[in-house]
Amino acid sequence: MSDTSPKNGFNVVGTSPIRPDGLDKVTGRAQFADDFHLPNMLHGKILRSPHAHARILSIDTSAAEALPGVRAVVTGADFPAVRHELLNQGTAGVLNIREMSENCMAKDKVLYDGHALAAVAADNPHDAELAVNLIKVEYELLPPVMNVRAAMADDAPVIHEDFHPGGFIAPTEKYLPNASRLQLGNGDPEQGFAEADLVLEREYTAETIHQGYIESHVTTVTWDSNDYVTVWTATQGQFALRDHLADIIQVPISNINVVPLEIGGGFGGKERLYIDPVAAFLSKKSQCPVKIAMRRDEVFRATGPSSGTYIKLKFGVKQDGTLTAAHLHMAYEAGAYAGGPLFLGVMSATSRYNIPNIHIDGFDVIVNKPTMRPYRAPGAPQALFAVEQMIDELACELGMDPIEFRMKNLMRSGDRLVPGFPLAPIDTEKMMETVKAHPHYQAPLEGANRGRGLAYSIWFNIGEISSARMQVNPDGSVTLATASPDLSGTRISLAMQAAETLGIDVEQVSPTVSDTQSIGFSLPSVGSRTTYSTGAVVCEVAQEILKQMCERAVLLWETDAGQVSVENGVFSNKAEPGQTITFNELAARMFETGGPISHHRTGHTQSFIPGTAAHLVDVEVDPETGKVDILRYTVFQDVGKAVHPDYVEGQMQGAAVQGIGMALNEEYFYDDEGRLKNASLLDYRLPTSLDVPMLETVVLESPNPAHPFGVRGCGEISIAPPPAAIANAIYDAVGVRLYSMPMAPRKVCAAVKAAEPAKAA
Amino acid sequence: MSGKSLVTATINGEEKQFLCEPRQSLLEVLRDVLYLTGTKEGCNDGNCGACSVIVDGVLLDACCMLAVEAEGSSVETIEGLATGDELHPLQRAFLEETGLQCGICTPGFLMSAKALLDKTPRPDEQQVRHWLAGNLCRCTGYDKLVRSVLKAVEA
Ligand code: FES
Ligand code: FES
Repeated sequence: MSDTSPKNGFNVVGTSPIRPDGLDKVTGRAQFADDFHLPNMLHGKILRSPHAHARILSIDTSAAEALPGVRAVVTGADFPAVRHELLNQGTAGVLNIREMSENCMAKDKVLYDGHALAAVAADNPHDAELAVNLIKVEYELLPPVMNVRAAMADDAPVIHEDFHPGGFIAPTEKYLPNASRLQLGNGDPEQGFAEADLVLEREYTAETIHQGYIESHVTTVTWDSNDYVTVWTATQGQFALRDHLADIIQVPISNINVVPLEIGGGFGGKERLYIDPVAAFLSKKSQCPVKIAMRRDEVFRATGPSSGTYIKLKFGVKQDGTLTAAHLHMAYEAGAYAGGPLFLGVMSATSRYNIPNIHIDGFDVIVNKPTMRPYRAPGAPQALFAVEQMIDELACELGMDPIEFRMKNLMRSGDRLVPGFPLAPIDTEKMMETVKAHPHYQAPLEGANRGRGLAYSIWFNIGEISSARMQVNPDGSVTLATASPDLSGTRISLAMQAAETLGIDVEQVSPTVSDTQSIGFSLPSVGSRTTYSTGAVVCEVAQEILKQMCERAVLLWETDAGQVSVENGVFSNKAEPGQTITFNELAARMFETGGPISHHRTGHTQSFIPGTAAHLVDVEVDPETGKVDILRYTVFQDVGKAVHPDYVEGQMQGAAVQGIGMALNEEYFYDDEGRLKNASLLDYRLPTSLDVPMLETVVLESPNPAHPFGVRGCGEISIAPPPAAIANAIYDAVGVRLYSMPMAPRKVCAAVKAAEPAKAA
Repeated sequence: MSGKSLVTATINGEEKQFLCEPRQSLLEVLRDVLYLTGTKEGCNDGNCGACSVIVDGVLLDACCMLAVEAEGSSVETIEGLATGDELHPLQRAFLEETGLQCGICTPGFLMSAKALLDKTPRPDEQQVRHWLAGNLCRCTGYDKLVRSVLKAVEA
């Protein structure tokens, strides 16, 4: 067998070359979804419900249809009844296609402020908007249900007469008219609490938040007379979009081609379709291409934000710091339809400490808000905000150092996770030791109202299905196509893995993202999986290419199979020492040795690959205004192997700042009628460059045995620790605990004021 | 709607004439009439800075200006930032320092940073952060983005 395995030392992996798509992005030439135009293209606009919960009595579109320039109008009546309601997606759970269709266009009821009711295609976006406003709708208003506790109350209005319980990864069981339930546990919590020397009970809440990508949702669709449908859009998953679209518009999957354009951020929020079926039906009716671009307020009101939560904890601990028992009641908003991120919240809540007796009672709760979708480490920031504060509070009560306390209960590889399977290999001790030894942890922190906080997380990265195709060209260049949309520089990290395996320069590899007709199926770019899972498949394809090239050298040199080996892009003949040929030379001779060299593979990789992160933050609290300033921030993260260290750091910093925004400012404000009051980027308040300092990064590399270079994936985890780390720092600074997220100035101010008389006494 | 107006303006150093409706913003005309799609839309209400352009030396959100108001003015967009094949030092620095991830905010940040350097050739970190606070980036956490601007200052 030819020796084609990668060697230990790296040539390309671990360097930070300039990404091939960078030039187009700094010159304005890159084609994002809204930069795409077709001849005769119409513009679609959508009428959205101003009511959070109402029955639709009638929709009158006649005035809109009469407006000059209007070419087509659609309503829920144009959306066919689905052929099968439930779609089993294996490990991704069960999807409800009827609900997905009705989320794109309501039929009988509207379930949230912003729910789509009708749409218009016109010659230009202004006329489409004018026409939409001429549509008349009669509603019968129903009482809105706006948070998990209201939805679980005895007398709560019922949102769906019937519903299928949650379909996100793990099944839940129907429990209340608006909620389904997931229970996990081990041991005997009652016994565990009896053994404890100290038991604390606390409640925590978090508000609904949005991914806040700067590019809104935009799609262009053509539906031709042969029922072939083409979609040009920005999506995290062209295959998921294609398959869901086929079910909703009811054409064969093979008739649809989804072409992924450059994507301006997703963070989990762009793996579900909203406007694509609407544009498809408008195109079918008008027989023209139709583009729909959501306005920013529509993005907030009607895409998939992330859950508000209510979490109640009871933890028991012995005097020496050993956790004996925990009870977690975790209620996550699902939004208008069942299937929010509950399972991942439950999974990430305590999965880094060994708690022998534990019960987790999770609830997926339907409320009159948009359907909740994943947002980077879905469910984890809310869970950690509760659990990592509880850990800090227990450590403070016992007078223990927060790292010592965590070390005492630290989960190590092989320890059993709450669902029962063992933690895959990762060095969790090294993470704690690295934080402890770091200058930031050691540095004294002086000054009034200043404090330091720590939070620690384990998150599980997804593997599953990816596809890659590679082609060697006669000039030695290599074309690499994958089905994994590039959200942040993964084209370069995949090209680097190809180059490393092939033993060539990264500049020789051109990486692209293919449409659904040009490559095999892949899961979307979610779950920190692209550089890890697609990367592993790219390496397998590159190995196969090397094998083929070795066979070509065997032919050239008329030697025996097995005599040719390759290292660093040079093939040599063991039977004839000194006989060598380079990758480029061999590529140039492909047509005299049997023709083109290419390979395609759809591969499968392991899921639940753990990553760890610890965040350390120093804050200063202004007790007068309640404003919290970040003075110093260090992100420690174990990424397995950092393929492109600069982009790995970028992931850590970007995730941390999203977590900081969630911790301090970001939230949906609904009024009593269930109308969203802050559907703009200014009022939603993302962090700006003035709100954060430089963020120090410490990259740990304990290798992942499931990837040839040890890559774990790195995109998500660092969004999870900031809220808890900042809450712990605020406590250290001013002695008050904030149990409600975001820790906006008004809440910090009130908490400080409330604590004052107690302190004075 | 009233008819279209003929507007004459200098775009990236070249005189251009275009027809536009009074209700069309400069952003819409740049993107959908002149097909200069490098200027991005993130909000269309002045909150994100993705549409930053420089009009007669002043940094503006193109979504907040009507195209008819551009009559007689000189507009600089991302498409004019490089000189031929020669990238502006800011563009080079953004590539070398990985000052972008998804890249949708990048043209806006580059134009905004250019306007800063035109006025203040040697800003410190705080000045850079203050000036760029009108541009939103959701990907980078601003660290490498601010470092990119500071590196271009050194260049
Ligand atoms: S698009 Fe102009 S400021 Fe956002
Ligand atoms: S790089 Fe994505 S928004 Fe800035």
